[in-house]
Amino acid sequence: MYKVAVIGDRDSIYGFAALGLDTYPVTEPVEAAKKLRSLAENNYAVIYITEALAATIETEIDRYRAARLPAIIPIPGVSGNTGMGILNVKKSVEQAVGSDIIFNGN
Amino acid sequence: MANTHVNPTRMELTRLKRKLATTKRGHKLLKDKRDELMRQFLELVRVNKALREKVEAGIAAANKNFVLARAGMPDEMVNVAMMAPTQEVYLEVAERNVMSVDIPVFTHKTRIADANNIYSYGFAFTSCDLDDAVNSLADILPDMLQLAECEKSCQLMAAEIEKTRRRVNALEHVIIPETQENIKYITMKLDENERSTQIRLMKVKDMLLEEAHHYKERQAEGFAV
Repeated sequence: MYKVAVIGDRDSIYGFAALGLDTYPVTEPVEAAKKLRSLAENNYAVIYITEALAATIETEIDRYRAARLPAIIPIPGVSGNTGMGILNVKKSVEQAVGSDIIFNGN
Repeated sequence: MANTHVNPTRMELTRLKRKLATTKRGHKLLKDKRDELMRQFLELVRVNKALREKVEAGIAAANKNFVLARAGMPDEMVNVAMMAPTQEVYLEVAERNVMSVDIPVFTHKTRIADANNIYSYGFAFTSCDLDDAVNSLADILPDMLQLAECEKSCQLMAAEIEKTRRRVNALEHVIIPETQENIKYITMKLDENERSTQIRLMKVKDMLLEEAHHYKERQAEGFAV
């Protein structure tokens, strides 16, 4: 049985606690990387992470890109949408096709 | 590309021919795999894009509601309300095999059977904005889980496509031409050897005949007579 976690600044994620997801309020990149690692080893299948935080620990996230679990999914925080999530999808397309044919450069 | 040394022997030739046949078959199979993966990937990535847009819009709206809720009541009250969630979400992860890529399939379960039982607080001390906010977030949760599944599948498939594409290219542009070159080299070398043996035999035959019948001497005598 796997669980679902949310990492990010407190204001962005406290609502998810009501839904039954495990929330971990973290703002420091070093701490976030540590938390991410421990969650990934600890039976979490999906880890949502706020875009602002995800941008600071990108190398750490990329390590789990090729692994089957966990799925690390950036979500927008209260500070707004940075476009990082959609950029990630774009990155997949570029990796597979060689050039971006879905978003047509915008 | 005959710079790699090959033994020009018949055994090596048969080996190379067999290798070429296998390589060609492997190339065809991998190419088919790549094409099918690509088709499925493009389908999936379109779904992924749509889902992401939906989820991002949903979360943005929910965040707006939460900001409203926090504005309407003291911070401590919000913290207390969220402190002990009644609901818990579990995931069961199955696997689906798409062209040899194992992609995860999530089915989510809640601890309390009634999925609508999301309010972890009494309604007496909280504003109705908080109810709205929690509700809007709960609505988006199934889509979020689906997004997680979809996005992970996309990442896994993208990695597999890249790998397959490299293999196809390596076979097409390096291994197959090299093997063909080597086969050609061996065939030519063997032909050349055969010709030289034949010539040698003809020469030896001439010499033996000469020794037995002395044609040249007789010819010389004939002229003399």
